[in-house]
Amino acid sequence: MAVITGEEGRTRAQQARAPFFYRPEVRQVIYQVVLVVVLVGLFYALIDNTAANLRKQNIASGFGFVDRTAGFDISQTLIDYNSSMTYGRAFLVGLVNTLVVAGLGIVAATVLGFVIGIARLSHNWLIARLATVYVEVIRNIPLLLQLFFWYFAVLKALPPPRQSLTVPGGGFLNVRGLYLPSPVPEAGFEVVLATILIGVAASLAVGLWARWRQRLTGQQFPVFWTSLALIVALPLLVHVLLGSPLAFEYPELKGFNFQGGMVLQPEFLALLLGLSVYTASFIAEIVRAGIQGVSKGQKEAALAIGLTQGQSLRLVVIPQAMRIIIPPLTSQFLNLTKNSSLAVAIGYPDLVSVWSGTVLNQTGQAVEVILVTMGVFLSISLITSAFMNWFNRRMALVER
Amino acid sequence: MVADTDVATEVEAPPRNTVGPIAWIRSNLLSSWSNAVLTVLGLYLTYQVVSGLIHWGLLTATFTGADGSVCTREGAGACWPFITAKFAQFMYGRYPETERWRVDLVYILAIAGLVPLMIPRVPGKFWNAIYVFVIFPVIAFFLLIGGAFGLLRIDTALWGGLLVTLVVATVGIAGSFPLGILLALGRRSKMPIVRWVSVGFIEFVRGVPLITVLFMASVMLPLFLPPGVTFDKLLRALIGVSLFSAAYLAEVIRGGLQAIPRGQFEAAEALGLSYGQRMGLIVLPQALKLVIPGIVNTFIGLFKDTSLVLIIGLFDLLGIVQLNNADSKWFSPTTAMTGYVFAAFVFWIFCFGMSRYSQMIERRLAAGDRR
Repeated sequence: MAVITGEEGRTRAQQARAPFFYRPEVRQVIYQVVLVVVLVGLFYALIDNTAANLRKQNIASGFGFVDRTAGFDISQTLIDYNSSMTYGRAFLVGLVNTLVVAGLGIVAATVLGFVIGIARLSHNWLIARLATVYVEVIRNIPLLLQLFFWYFAVLKALPPPRQSLTVPGGGFLNVRGLYLPSPVPEAGFEVVLATILIGVAASLAVGLWARWRQRLTGQQFPVFWTSLALIVALPLLVHVLLGSPLAFEYPELKGFNFQGGMVLQPEFLALLLGLSVYTASFIAEIVRAGIQGVSKGQKEAALAIGLTQGQSLRLVVIPQAMRIIIPPLTSQFLNLTKNSSLAVAIGYPDLVSVWSGTVLNQTGQAVEVILVTMGVFLSISLITSAFMNWFNRRMALVER
Repeated sequence: MVADTDVATEVEAPPRNTVGPIAWIRSNLLSSWSNAVLTVLGLYLTYQVVSGLIHWGLLTATFTGADGSVCTREGAGACWPFITAKFAQFMYGRYPETERWRVDLVYILAIAGLVPLMIPRVPGKFWNAIYVFVIFPVIAFFLLIGGAFGLLRIDTALWGGLLVTLVVATVGIAGSFPLGILLALGRRSKMPIVRWVSVGFIEFVRGVPLITVLFMASVMLPLFLPPGVTFDKLLRALIGVSLFSAAYLAEVIRGGLQAIPRGQFEAAEALGLSYGQRMGLIVLPQALKLVIPGIVNTFIGLFKDTSLVLIIGLFDLLGIVQLNNADSKWFSPTTAMTGYVFAAFVFWIFCFGMSRYSQMIERRLAAGDRR
């Protein structure tokens, strides 16, 4: 005991002798204070300069401009909007447009990416090669170039309305966009919708019951086919029994343009095509790596305990592959959402195009506008990554 | 005897070939019905794409002409004279014709430095690196901008085409390197404020699109500076791109730092090295070598993203192609398509080459681990 006290005493004495700024804790505090001072000084200088510059240009800072009348039209509005509404409303229109194209793009890119990723692992030599060529070509060409290609070289080179290309099912494709029949619900269609909801609820209940029964008795129940019958076949039956209460309004050529139906504008189509084709090439690589990342022994073990090929894939390989796939997949979804801001280059009225483009030019409120834009994307990223962290914790491998 | 003949007739057919082209086709293309259907579909798709490309790019293409009128006939394919006429613009932008040798010289000097640096077998890597990272940038700066040593000063507003693409990408990655390393070290620091600042910067930049960063650099940066101070549009874009890629690079380098065993840090500490010595002499050389593929991938991403500078009014390769597509002298239905195909091909060559290189490095590094 005495020896230890002695040693401790000696170290303390040595520390006392060394100048205090050689002590790591003291240094850390000094470094951090210096960093804070530098950063605060930098921000102060920036804000001071900005304020001075804005005064000189007679721009009032603050968000008062949001309530002023926008006075410009937006070509695609999914929520009610006209040019007499406010800048704030225009912001919402842009945000909705961004979310719509990002949401649809994510779905399309995921489907295409999974198909191509699985095709790359195909035993069929030709299919695997084709998938490789797709990935290597698409992901090595800038997205903006692909967007220009789809918009200017493909969609803008289509014939005028009078020489439209026909799309099977009553649609038309021309330089003004894709015209599709729009569904018009008639009396009684609510019943069909309600049947779908009931079908979903019923199949969830069947799923829970089947799981409970399997746990108790080991007997399995064809949940998939039952659900399919409940969600698809039952509503279809009701639909036919009620005399098909869903009509379609078909687009028709009147004068120089089509009337009726719904139209997907070329800007929207080009952005959707470009984003999903580009992101799919990255998703394909993630899917391939995920499936290859599941060790061969897992599948062999699954077959050895008597599971069929399909079961071993569905119950053993895919759940483990998903664990590898999901984190990078999320970052691709975020990339797609951020890349949707390239809409500004082809004139699709997304958040960046409407808000950081038109509104910024009209009001000159650069600081506020850019900060809000960044804030929106940052919130989307942070919410998604918070959700993913939670999801990952649930999915993470629980080791013994 | 009777039994013998029975046996003879029951002899199985010889086994199928397992080698040779026919067996290869059977096992790789026609192993089952569904596989055969896929093969037929794949063949059809390949035929469509390849024949379409040949039809458009060769058979119906125009190869000579002085303006767009030669490409306006019905069913015309690629308009190649557009590319040959505009080729110099695509490469140099509006860089004065008499001074373009300077750009070529920079390319030659860059290749002379990069090729031996990238081939692992060539000795003298240290001096080679000094040349590429210290001497070459200085020479390139004076050659491109001029205004000294009797060279005419060329305003950056005249730069364009592939020159801008390469300048933005290389300066962007080189400029982001020091900040990226600092941020990566900061994120792993024990000092809470340093860590928060690094994490905050990295997550902020990674959470927003490059466009908004470029908008900020082009619209907000002039506001941040004292009144009267302005600077070059290209420089503004370079600052934006460097800050942006620094955040991504920091994450790549952090991956490398995390892969270095604790023992290396501890051994360096035990030798009495200071923090700077520990990181500069022991940890970073190993960590950076480990993440060369990641750095190359970041560079590929940055190279593709340089095309975004056209949104803030700079003319990189894509920007200049887009500008020339609108040239009324070359107006024809296929001009735009031809221009994009050309630009896509140039971008593709660079990116594909770099990704192949990074895969080779990855294999070499992995080979070291396998020993």
